[in-house]
Amino acid sequence: MLLNEMLLLGAVLFCIGVYGVLARRNGVLVLMSIELILNAVNINLIAFGAFHDTVVGQIFALFVITVAAAEVGIGLAIVLLLYRNRRSIDLDQVDLMKG
Amino acid sequence: MIAEHVAFGIIAAVMVASALRVVTTRDIVHAALYLVIVLAGVAALFLLVGAEFTGITQVLIYIGAVIVLFLFGIMLTRSDFDQDAETDHKRKFPAVLTALLLLAVMIGALVDRFEDIELDPTPQTTAQVSDELFSQYIVPFEAVSVLLLAALIGAIVIARREEGG
Repeated sequence: MLLNEMLLLGAVLFCIGVYGVLARRNGVLVLMSIELILNAVNINLIAFGAFHDTVVGQIFALFVITVAAAEVGIGLAIVLLLYRNRRSIDLDQVDLMKG
Repeated sequence: MIAEHVAFGIIAAVMVASALRVVTTRDIVHAALYLVIVLAGVAALFLLVGAEFTGITQVLIYIGAVIVLFLFGIMLTRSDFDQDAETDHKRKFPAVLTALLLLAVMIGALVDRFEDIELDPTPQTTAQVSDELFSQYIVPFEAVSVLLLAALIGAIVIARREEGG
């Protein structure tokens, strides 16, 4: 297997995630796109860990997974609060702080 | 070696197709289920390059916990009159342009720097990972534990219903 195959797959997933964050209006779908981005990063970490023959890549990937879990918890709590206050999670309608 | 290539090709194709569906499908529940396929593909890739512990953790944490959290989030935030609300922006061109430009830059950089480097993975056992994690990386490990605790308490405080409100 080539190192570049893994890295290019990570790049493609990352860009799909970026598209999702920019194009989606639904709060939950934006959080899902962020998960795609974080997984693309994990693929890169694991690939470089295997390339340099060290377990540090795995350890960093584990940290990323933990932080992603925390991020999803907080993110969904915020989306839930948004829904409770406005009866909608359309991010375009969240313009309270617009100048 | 050939079998490895074929396996990688299949997994990668399925992952990219599912990831595209995650960001384009109009049904939110379907998006969550396509996300399961992508995350399972990532776990399979981890196992393919010998990162066994991270592969199993990926299945446990992402497919087991995060997806369930997403499904709960979808159920709690979907009201009947909101059923066919727009999930996407009207004008997608700027988002497509940004993603494609980013992809072009990244592919250019990766192909330029890492062309034809063979990856010959040796399995990294769970014992090796835990040795490293609990010796050299013990402080970051504890820090991330406190972060997770703080984040979950924070999530409860944010999502909790106000008394009488």
